Amino acid sequence: MSKNVSSDRFRKVDVDEYDENKFVDEEEGGENQQGPDEGEVDSLIRQGNVMGALQAVLKNPPMNTKNQALKDRAEGLVLKVLSSFKSGDIEKAVQSLDKNGVDLLMKYIYKGFEQPTENSSAVLLQWHEKALSAGGVGSIVRVLTARKTV
Amino acid sequence: MPDNYSFGIEPVSCHAFNKDRTQVALSLNDSEVQIHKFAAGKWALTDTLAEHGQRVTGIDWAPNSNRIVTCGADRNAYVWTKQSDNKWKPTLVVLRINRAATSVRWSPQENKFAVSSGARMIAICYFEQENDWWISKQIKKPIRSTVTCLDWHPNNVLLACGSTDFKARVYSAYIKDVEEKPSATSWGSKMPFGNLMAEFSSGGGWVHSISFSANGERLAWVGHDSSVCVVDAANGQQLTTVKTDVLPFMSITWVTDNSLVAAGFDCCPMLYTYSSGNINFVSKLDDTAKQQVAGKVSAMARFKAMDSRAATDDSANETTLGTVHQNTITQLSIHSGTKSKCTKFATSGVDGQLVVWDVKSLESAFAGLRIA
Repeated sequence: MSKNVSSDRFRKVDVDEYDENKFVDEEEGGENQQGPDEGEVDSLIRQGNVMGALQAVLKNPPMNTKNQALKDRAEGLVLKVLSSFKSGDIEKAVQSLDKNGVDLLMKYIYKGFEQPTENSSAVLLQWHEKALSAGGVGSIVRVLTARKTV
Repeated sequence: MPDNYSFGIEPVSCHAFNKDRTQVALSLNDSEVQIHKFAAGKWALTDTLAEHGQRVTGIDWAPNSNRIVTCGADRNAYVWTKQSDNKWKPTLVVLRINRAATSVRWSPQENKFAVSSGARMIAICYFEQENDWWISKQIKKPIRSTVTCLDWHPNNVLLACGSTDFKARVYSAYIKDVEEKPSATSWGSKMPFGNLMAEFSSGGGWVHSISFSANGERLAWVGHDSSVCVVDAANGQQLTTVKTDVLPFMSITWVTDNSLVAAGFDCCPMLYTYSSGNINFVSKLDDTAKQQVAGKVSAMARFKAMDSRAATDDSANETTLGTVHQNTITQLSIHSGTKSKCTKFATSGVDGQLVVWDVKSLESAFAGLRIA
């Protein structure tokens, strides 16, 4: 085979970055988003108040921040809370959430699916079933179409 | 039962009725526009309009002047006029867009039409007597992505558009050559051409369809994030959004001053009402599923189904959907009546069907349903 002696580095250029019409999402101020309060959530779990822990962990979702570590920490916290529920209590917990809460829970569930650990998928699937009956396929569509993920 | 007409296996890309609804112009996912005439309960093909080089994306039929405007992925629009020998003659309209056109709408007085395109702009076209041709003027700012849908305000000047940049906007499309200066409306008083009167964010999804209410005071649109939004200009431009729990809608229209019909990926038209800042889901308008009677399945057939198809429930027929449409509904149009008092509306979809729904029979089919 003949070798191409001239440079082919041009093939690695991302031409979309140079498109002046490239669509950029609007930047909404997200610098002050801390994610759910770890201390508060941990103490609620220790007290056995899992419902309260769920409400707490769904506060301040790190939606607008680019800080990946913050997002990972929030996801880990949510997973901890979801795993600490007994199977029978999941449905009641989902019922106690409002519409936005169910949408946010769905986002966290799918985020959790992306990085499966030992038991996480089983727990997440149980939560997914209950969240689906509360939010319908519309809540899943909103996970897929959301520009800013949690 | 709604009247459904099948046009084959290809999707109906778009459709438009003539004034008395005896004819329909539609395109079946190709570059031709077919005109069908209604006779003896069936639609029969009478004309084929073949001029576009690529897929036809939008058709609109002006009821009074009887002109058809079509637009396509070939970046062109044609205005078709019926000649004395009953043939349709096309006139090319130079839009000056460098991407596909996505939809087209005649203005209420039929002296202008608007074409939305992937070129991040809307072309407003009007006829110039002097040179005997259609001229286009473009609205560009601040649209940042493909414009997908359009709807005119009854005053013939304001135009609402939805775009894939997740925004719904109201622009002025005032052309001084063809009309008088418009008087002030709830959307504003200064209306120079191209002026952005209002801009709204719908949430997270592409805006698929947008509709002004009959008096132009309210604007409704649907987004791909399964949401329905309504803005009430008479009430300080109050924006209400409802995030539904069904699949996204592709089309929406007002059927009374307070009711909306939306249809989309669930293959079923659904009724919503808007009152005092609240959008309420009323009902699905397709009761086909209820009418399907489950026949008696023999034990032998039951076990056979369980063995070969792992079918554990009793549903004998799993090859069709429990709705009239068997695939996504892509367009809704008012068939009889107006946006203020609709008596029949039509839907067309990816399954190649055009279905006409009668409001009166829907009201009687669903006990206690009132579309008012």
